[in-house]
This record gives sequence, C-alpha cells and structure tokens, in this order.
Amino acid sequence: MKFKALTAAAALLAVSGTAFAGGPDDDTLVLNGEIEMVTKTAAPEHMENIDEIISGWHFRTDETQALQMDDFENQGMIFVDQAMEVWNTAEGSEGKSCADCHGDPADSMAGVAASYPKFDADAGEMQTVQMQVNDCREENMGAEPWKYDSGTAVNMDALIASHSRGMPVNVAIDGDAAPYWEKGKEIYYTRYGILELSCASCHEQNYGNYIRADHLSQGQINGFPTYRLKNAKLNGSHSRFKGCIRDTRAETFSAGSDEFIALELYVKSRGNGLSIEGPSVRN
Amino acid sequence: MRLTTLAVAATLLTAGSAIAEIVAPGDVDYDEYGAIAASLTGQAGDAASGAMIMTNRGKGNCVACHDVTALKDAPFHGEVGPSLDGTGSRWSEAELRGLVANAKKTFDGTVMPAFYKTDGFTRPGDGYTGKAAQGEIEPILSAQEIEDVVAFLMTLTDE
Ligand code: HEC
Ligand code: HEC
Repeated sequence: MKFKALTAAAALLAVSGTAFAGGPDDDTLVLNGEIEMVTKTAAPEHMENIDEIISGWHFRTDETQALQMDDFENQGMIFVDQAMEVWNTAEGSEGKSCADCHGDPADSMAGVAASYPKFDADAGEMQTVQMQVNDCREENMGAEPWKYDSGTAVNMDALIASHSRGMPVNVAIDGDAAPYWEKGKEIYYTRYGILELSCASCHEQNYGNYIRADHLSQGQINGFPTYRLKNAKLNGSHSRFKGCIRDTRAETFSAGSDEFIALELYVKSRGNGLSIEGPSVRN
Repeated sequence: MRLTTLAVAATLLTAGSAIAEIVAPGDVDYDEYGAIAASLTGQAGDAASGAMIMTNRGKGNCVACHDVTALKDAPFHGEVGPSLDGTGSRWSEAELRGLVANAKKTFDGTVMPAFYKTDGFTRPGDGYTGKAAQGEIEPILSAQEIEDVVAFLMTLTDE
C-alpha cells in the first residue's frame, strides 16, 4: 500500500475540494498475513449489468483498509469477543448456551455466513442468520429472541461471519428461494423516495464515482456486519439498507421486514464468489 | 462571474415587478424536449441565491453529483453527473429551467432528481427521517428557488 502518496493526494483533495475519479483500487486484501481474500471476481451469471463484482473494501482509503487486514486493528473483533462470551453463557428456561449444542464456533459455524440467507423447509420461510439464531434461542434455549439488528444480535452475526472469512459467498437463488430472490430484485431496481433513486442508481450505475464526499461502492454485503468508524459499532446489512433508502427521502422498511430479508438474499447473491469478510471495517 | 452585480440587478427587478403568478408543479408546461419557456414566478432569478441553493445539502445539493468550478469553495464535488461548467453556453434558459424542474423530461430515466415535482413517487418520505411523508408533498425547491438556480446556471458560460 502507498500510504504516503495517498495521504498527499488526500491533503490536496481537502485543499482544492476536487474529487478524483476513484474507481476501485488495486490493493490486495490478506487477512492477518494469512488468508488471501477474493475481493474482485467475475460476476455470477444472474447479474445482468455488471461483469466484475468488487468488494466495498476496494473503495475505502488505505487507512481504513489497513484496519481490516489485522484482527488486532479491527475494532469489530472486540464485539466478536463479546459475542463469544454470550456464546458460552447459558440462558433461558432450558439452561443451555450456544456452545452446549454447537461446541466451538470455529468448527460448527464455518461456512454458515457464506450460504445464508437460506430457505428453511421446516419453517417454510427464507431465513437470515439472525432469524436462525433467534429460532435456536426460542426453541432450543427457551430464551427471548433478540431484536433485529440490535447490538447483541449483530455481534453474534459477526462472530458467526468471522468463521467464514475467506470462503466464497454462495447463496442459493433457485427452487424455494426463487420467489424471494425475485422480490429482492424488484426492490433493488425500484426508484424510491422523493429523490427517485434505486439501489442500482447508486451501486450499479455509479460505483467508483464520488457522490459528495462518499466514494460509491457496489453496495455488496460480503463484508457484513461492518464496523463503522462513523458510529463505532457493528452494523447489520438491514440497517445499512434502511439508511440508504432513507437517503432517497423515502419511507424505509424496517430491519427484519420481509422486504429486507428478500433484499438481503438478492444483494448477497450479487456477491456470489467474493470472500466473506465480516466483520469488515468501513467509514 | 459577477455575482454581486447580478444579485443587485435581481433585487432591483424583484422590487420592480408586480405580484407574481406562481406556476404550481402540476401545471408546468414542458415542451417535447423537456424545456419550460416561461418563468415559474414571473420574477427574475437571483444568481447569488442560486449558488447557495446548489451547495446546500437540504436544498439542491447539486454539487453532490456535479462538479462546478465556480462553486469550488464548497467542498466535495461529485462525479455522478457531468461538470456544469459551460452549461449557460450549452443550454438555453428554457432548457435549464426544464432540467432543474424535472430532468427526466430531458433525459429519460436519468438518476438526477426532479426538483419541482410533487407526485408519482414510490414511498415518499418526510425529509430524511425515513418516515412516511405527512400531508401534501412540497417540491424540493420552490418556484423562485428554481428560477434562482437557473439564473446561476446562466452565468456558467464558456469564456
Ligand atoms: C443516494 C445514493 C444511494 C442509494 C440510492 C443507495 N445507496 Fe447504498 N450506499 C450509498 C453510499 C454513499 C454508501 C457508502 C459508500 C459505499 O460503500 O458505497 C453506501 C453503502 C452501501 C452498502 C455498504 C457497502 C460496504 O461495503 O460497506 C450497502 C450494502 C448498500 N449501500 C446497499 C444499498 C442498497 C441495497 C440500496 C437500495 C435499497 C442502496 N444501497 C441504495 C449510497 C446509496
Ligand atoms: C443524484 C445526482 C444528481 C443531482 C443531485 C443533480 N444532478 Fe444534474 N445531472 C445528473 C446526471 C446523471 C446528469 C446527466 C443526464 C443523464 O445523462 O442522465 C445531469 C445533468 C444535468 C444538467 C445538464 C448538464 C449538461 O451540460 O449536459 C444540468 C444543467 C444539471 N444536471 C443541473 C443540476 C442542478 C442545478 C442540480 C441541483 C439543483 C442538479 N443537477 C442535481 C445527476 C444529478
């Protein structure tokens, strides 16, 4: 990475107020000096307007990128540690912890984040990781479900994601998943709000461009949950969707809504082939 | 640019004109290319006010998407739309009025928001709260603000 050169460019940027045509950079994401991540790859067949899919990591500054390359720098990992305590704590009427059924998450949770959201045949519905966790809490532990995208829920989401890091996103979109995927796709291309902007307006037609101070990425969710420097906590994908729709001066959907579950599946499928990075670091 | 001179001229004009007829968003007459021939207010636009509207986040926020050399004092010009340098030479006043009021009439399907429109939205919100819009929807810019922005754009000529 070229810290010095970039800092100089950034200083110039601040002075003159000029945005420079960004595009993704060419850096390589290696986690903890060990795991090489796939951050750019050929788009899956179901993508119509994009040839190459690119992780949001490539659109951040070198400084922000560096924070995600080392678990000791990644403040998202502090929340993963907190979730690990919760993992080992017995709760609810059954007096069980996650660990009682699932042992070490490094083994039992590997690959989970890569394949969710997933259709659950027993429940007859599309399930996100947070929904599955709540099912375990209610049915196996006799414990209260966590509020969608609340701190505890997102931290657990991140613990689970962290054990899939480096594995390719691979969500199923056919069979029972198909109607959810279609619905998510429709939402992705709907121009919401008084500004009449769709996800595609910003993340498909304009990724790489600056919109005011923000460098637009493809809006991928392979890096979720995300630790944001802006609010110093982990953020779930539904909360991000909510913020983006709000910024079109629209009435948003809520975290955990049917709309956002479908949208999560659709957006995740646009990243099929990218490595899971959660918890990633963003500004 | 001679913002000060222009602003003074605009003020004089405003003071001198009769009570204005404001054209409501639903009554605007766009021609087949998306231009609006007549002023929306009957009052001249104030270019200095237009410049402020273009950089104000809660108003036009035009620099979020467009680079404008004359507005460089406001940081962070976007790249989503083309640079607006020279627009006053490229477009007529009527065309610019149409572009700012509803660019979709000029560029089919453009991502540029319509600033003088009050219906036909999907899930319109109450500002940036994420909640549903309450009551009647106001256009993002008022008729006079549109005129002010157009007046400023007309000053962006190729020297
Ligand atoms: C008005 C422009 C705009 C619209 C419309 C928009 N976004 Fe975003 N989005 C942004 C900006 C700016 C960011 C922050 C920079 C970035 O990561 O692209 C962002 C970030 C994201 C991220 C985080 C990416 C990462 O790597 O951290 C996701 C995911 C996302 N958007 C999804 C969506 C979805 C899904 C929709 C539609 C429901 C949407 N966005 C609509 C502007 C927009
Ligand atoms: C969300 C992005 C966005 C915002 C905000 C925006 N524009 Fe645009 N604008 C565009 C795009 C994109 C185009 C190019 C048209 C196209 O091909 O879609 C455009 C085109 C234009 C043009 C024609 C430029 C040329 O020379 O061809 C003018 C003039 C213009 N915009 C003025 C404005 C003004 C004034 C504002 C604010 C009141 C504004 N725009 C806000 C995206 C935006």
